[in-house]
Formats: sequence, C-alpha cells, structure tokens
Amino acid sequence: MDRALLSALNEERAARRAAVVVTELASGRQRLVREAEVTSDPLSAEIEKTIRSGKSGIAETPDGEVFLNAHLPPARIVAIGAVHISQALAPMAKIAGFDIEIVDPRTAFASADRFPGVTLHAEWPEDVLKQRPFDAYTAVCVITHDPKIDDFPLISALKTGCFYIGALGSRKTHAKRVERLIAAGIPQSSIDRIEAPIGADIGAANPGEIAVAILASVIEAFRKRKMFADRRGETEAA
Amino acid sequence: MSETPTELDVLKTTERWAGEGRKLALATVVETWGSAPRPTGSHLVIDEEGNFEGSVSGGCVEGAVVSEALDVIGAGEPRILEFGVADETAWRVGLSCGGRIRVYVEKVA
Repeated sequence: MDRALLSALNEERAARRAAVVVTELASGRQRLVREAEVTSDPLSAEIEKTIRSGKSGIAETPDGEVFLNAHLPPARIVAIGAVHISQALAPMAKIAGFDIEIVDPRTAFASADRFPGVTLHAEWPEDVLKQRPFDAYTAVCVITHDPKIDDFPLISALKTGCFYIGALGSRKTHAKRVERLIAAGIPQSSIDRIEAPIGADIGAANPGEIAVAILASVIEAFRKRKMFADRRGETEAA
Repeated sequence: MSETPTELDVLKTTERWAGEGRKLALATVVETWGSAPRPTGSHLVIDEEGNFEGSVSGGCVEGAVVSEALDVIGAGEPRILEFGVADETAWRVGLSCGGRIRVYVEKVA
C-alpha cells in the first residue's frame, strides 16, 4: 500500500466518511475511492454495494479479481442528557467498543466530575450538531425527559437516518412526543423508528440496568445492520 | 473518544510505524470460507523485525503470515496466501476452526 493512500484513507476514517480501498489482486494496483467519488468510479455498482452492506469482498472484473475493502466510520453513541443513566452508559459503551459523547446544556449535569474521561458537550444540541452533525453511523439516545432539549436532536436523528434512535419516557410521555413530532411535520414512518420506551425489554429497573438495555438495543441495531440509511431512503442530502 | 480502539487501530499504527521509517508489510484477509475467525478486510501489519499489530485469524496463522511478510518486505512484490484446516500432518499451519482464508500481503512504501 502506498503511504500517501494510507494517509488519505486514515484522513477519511478520522472525518467519519466511508471509503473503499480497491486492490487489483494480480497486479497489486490500488486506489482509494471516497464516498463522494463512488459514482465516477468504473466499479461504482460494486463499490456502492460494498458500502451499503459494510462487507468487504472480492469482485470479478475483466481485469481479474479485485478486492474491495470497505472502511466505514466506527459506530458512536450520542447521548442527549448527562443524567444518571448516561453515567452508567458511558463506561459500558466504551467497553463494548463504541465511541460515546454526551450532550447536555445543563452544566450542573454535564460536569467532568460526573463523567471522568468522557467526551462531554455542555451546550445545546442545536449548537453541538452544527459542529458535529449526526451521521448514519451514529446511535442517538435522547434521555433528558425535557422536550426543550430532546426534540431538536431527535428530529435531526430521524432526518439523518441514524442507525438507532431511542427516546426515554413512559408511553404517555412518548404519546405527547409523537404529537409534537407530527406537528413538526415528521412522517409517521419516521416516528415509528424511535424506540420508546428506550432499550431492550428486559424489565430494567434502575439507571445501570437501563443502560444495559439501551446498549443491547444499540448493538442489535448495529450488528443486524439496520444501520444503512439508504436502505430506508430516509437520508436528507447532507 | 475511548483510548483502546485508537491503540488497536491497525491502519493508524501502520501510518505511525511508516512515519518512524520502519519497513512494513500489510496483510489483509480478502476471502473467507466457512467459520473463519476474522472477517474480510481485517488487517495485520508487520515490520522488518517481525513486530506485528492486528490479526488475520485468531492467532492460528499469524506466525506464517509474519514470515511471508518479511519476504514481501524484502522482495517488494505482493503475494496471496491461503490457509485451510489444520490437517493430520501437523507440520502444516492451519485454522483449527475448520474455515479457510485467503490473505493478501503487500509492502507499505
């Protein structure tokens, strides 16, 4: 592998953009195809399939065997709400291999003391998302209970096609939330993608257990590959 | 960001090692059959002294890949290795899980 290609690849990975390394196995010739360049590549159909499925593999071409290595952004969890559940969720998510970030404008909640070693944004989601928008490889968990904080990132997650979207709250709370989302013009089919109550149904009864339930749901969504937004046709042009 | 995934990121390690002037080969799983331990696309990076990071199997064939990688670093030409089930003639390196893998080994230059 050419070192310039390697640096360019790592740059794409750091920026959370999908890229595919195309290697002609017989000759060793190699090229990097960035997500934005796929349509102009001669192997665009095969490359698109690789990105969509997330599965690397060999394609047979007139030039012989070509290996397509898909480099997709690692999954990350963004928790809206620096609450008790998030304090349990953050270390668990790391152990399971996810990056996690916590967003909460309430500085009393979003303090480094409560979240040692965790990426924390003590700002409004509206402001954080301008710098760090969601993508298809993001799981969004809204857990503040406060519509002023929760609704904006929830709508943003639905429009982006995040691979998992969960919202904390009782069925009654969620019914009110659904009313607000409908009023905001979100189609029912999108609203149905929200997991509410949040987390796998294991009877979780305290913050630590709810964190386990949330993580189980996120892993299921990730591993069962519900994560590819274009399958659902929900992605708004970024 | 968590620290562990960064430290275990083979491609970042490869870039760092290359920056240190080490001569390297990169091994990649390009095809698997049956119950292969690591999926296609998995990487193992090897330097000219035989140090390595990453994996292409569960530790079953890494030793053989490392020695082939040293040849690739010397010769410069990429090669494809194939590993199957470890057979009764125990001298052959293989996968105890019963799978089969193909590994592409190339020089990083």
